Amino acid sequence: MNRRALAPAALALTGVLALAACSSSAGSDEPKAATGPVNLTFWSWTPNMDKVVALWNQGHPDIQVSVQKQASGDDLVTKTITAAKAGNAPDLVQAEFQALPTLVSNDVLADISKQAGAVKSQFAAGVWQQVSLGTDAVYAIPQDTAPLALYYRTDMFQQYGLKVPTTWAEFADAARQLKQKDPSKALTTFSANDSGLFAGLAQQAGAKWWTASGETWKVGIDDAATKKVADFWGGLVKEGAVDNQPMYTPAWSKALNDGSQIAWVSAVWAPGVFDSSAPDTKGKWAMAPLPQWNAGETVTGSWGGSTTGVTTGAKKAGHADAAAQFASWLNTDPTAVTALVKEAGIYPAATTAQTGSALAVPPAFFANQADFYPKAAEIAKGTAAAAWGPNVNVAYSTFKDAFGKAAQDKGDFSAALTAMQQATVADLKKNGFKTEG
Amino acid sequence: MAPPQPRPTRRLAPYAFLAPATLLFSLFFALPIGYAIYLSFRAVRVKGLGLGSGARTEIWAGLGNYTSALSDPELLGGAGRTLVYGALLVPAMLGAALFFALLLDTPAIRFGAFSRLAIFLPYAVPGIVASLLWGFLYLPTVSPGYFLLTKAGMEGPDLLSGNGLFVALANIAVWGGTGFNMIVIYTSLRSIPVELYEAARLDGCSELKIALKIKIPMVLPSLVLTFFFSMIATLQVFSEPMTLKPMTNALSSTWSPLMKVYRDAFIQGDIYSAAATSVVIAVATLILSFGFLKLVNKRTDGGS
Repeated sequence: MNRRALAPAALALTGVLALAACSSSAGSDEPKAATGPVNLTFWSWTPNMDKVVALWNQGHPDIQVSVQKQASGDDLVTKTITAAKAGNAPDLVQAEFQALPTLVSNDVLADISKQAGAVKSQFAAGVWQQVSLGTDAVYAIPQDTAPLALYYRTDMFQQYGLKVPTTWAEFADAARQLKQKDPSKALTTFSANDSGLFAGLAQQAGAKWWTASGETWKVGIDDAATKKVADFWGGLVKEGAVDNQPMYTPAWSKALNDGSQIAWVSAVWAPGVFDSSAPDTKGKWAMAPLPQWNAGETVTGSWGGSTTGVTTGAKKAGHADAAAQFASWLNTDPTAVTALVKEAGIYPAATTAQTGSALAVPPAFFANQADFYPKAAEIAKGTAAAAWGPNVNVAYSTFKDAFGKAAQDKGDFSAALTAMQQATVADLKKNGFKTEG
Repeated sequence: MAPPQPRPTRRLAPYAFLAPATLLFSLFFALPIGYAIYLSFRAVRVKGLGLGSGARTEIWAGLGNYTSALSDPELLGGAGRTLVYGALLVPAMLGAALFFALLLDTPAIRFGAFSRLAIFLPYAVPGIVASLLWGFLYLPTVSPGYFLLTKAGMEGPDLLSGNGLFVALANIAVWGGTGFNMIVIYTSLRSIPVELYEAARLDGCSELKIALKIKIPMVLPSLVLTFFFSMIATLQVFSEPMTLKPMTNALSSTWSPLMKVYRDAFIQGDIYSAAATSVVIAVATLILSFGFLKLVNKRTDGGS
């Protein structure tokens, strides 16, 4: 299996990267594999990742991977950067798409284009662009993507005579109608404690938060598209059509579970959250495409999604080939991807897996929606490109504070957006980046 | 062999005894502090787009981190919020601790040992667990307290926004800290010679008067000590607001000065300005706490 996974990579290298082929990249695999077992460490927060990795370890006695479970989110980014500075970073690390520029900027992730460039064809162009950062380098292999969709309570929508919204205008109308019919209920909430959702909604509207030209970063967080999104939600919060309390609190779980909130804009991983937060509503939810800004379109954004990266530490230790081989296997091999879907409930990034047998059965919580995954694949096709920069962490933490305050006060969302833009640009300038915007 | 032997041994002995403490102190105290101070004078400069290896270099920043820390309105705002929180917390906690200690020290006490343990027990609950528990109680839709209030036709206070937040946070600390302070005060109450009380009773003193005129003045040193501890704990408030933060929009990530340090270092990835802010907080804490001790000492000296 080891050699089989390697063969196409080596072939493609000699073919596509004719120049790189001179640099003996393919040849360097051979002695590594022969000189006894390589032990790799892998930081990941994916549930049951150890079970998936066990499949690899069985088939690869010469490359043994051990999983160290981590917390997800911003904290892991900082932890990895700190560990890399101290020289004890893991060989492999799971990272969300938006964290990649930050990690690359801090010299944590190695360029594995020589080892893993060949799997490019298995991913959508927009997804691959995020791991290459628009260059010829490859900094990670995509694991899962998270296109946004609208989740709604079918029974409640029927009870209140609501139409499943296909545009944001209809969404706002549905929110108002529900408030009118039953003031104790809300269609959904605008939560300021997860910046990823807002980023995804802005992507759908066509926002490009970071763009690089030459040596200069342009920050467009307060561009027209994002402003449209901020004002839309700010208006709904202000008139009281949607709730303003954060997600992921005990109160929020209860609201989902007892039907006080009857819709949630979320990503394809939502079934897992419903399962733990609103267990009593099993089978009562359905997924619909995200409402559109212009009727008839099929655009969506992403909320999260992650990758497997190889660290510079692994490269220095001479483990880059082995680690890249594992990362490619984990995210493209049918056995691995099927196990990831089954054990961890992720939505694989590899396009072949999205239509494969792994996703034939809907998640248990959505047993009522037999075409859950085919529908998700349909939605995923319209995923707008993401544009991440080197200080997403700063923008995200400013979002939480600025929008948290705006949501609490039912105040000015565009002022919060301006604060986010300014803090992000100021941070870039402070660190010596050339910026505009 | 016998005569020259004791001399070098005797000369080495103090060093041998000092070595472990000195070593531990320098390794785990002086060195990290020194490193933090060093970091506070550093900063990162980025070349080009900042991607790839060698794009970031550490440079000397002079006092830059300090000027930006001191001119950041969020740090000052955080200090102000901490002050309000402390003004609520410290009198309430020490008042309750003193009250319970005096009650437990009255001759008429029943179930003394049990009460002592019951009041002390919350101190044994880790701050994060306590904050989570209270967080549940503060969220109107999941709190049994709010449930009862609405059943009784009343509306509960909003504890997770505006000024209610100070009450909510101070309440957690009062709940957790009263027991510890009570034990400190109670212990010093027990060390007051009983003859004093007998003499007072013979003179016709009531229990209340004994408490006010004898006990409280006698335990003043431990009140000063507990005030000193509480002040430092207040300035370092972190885990309670950090745990409540995800439950409400009203708690920003820079609500208290230490939360700002955490955000700068571990969320925004800027350890240099976080180090500078930490040094500023440490110096402010030192000045405030030792200034307080100095003040108290002066007053007691002047009085005697």
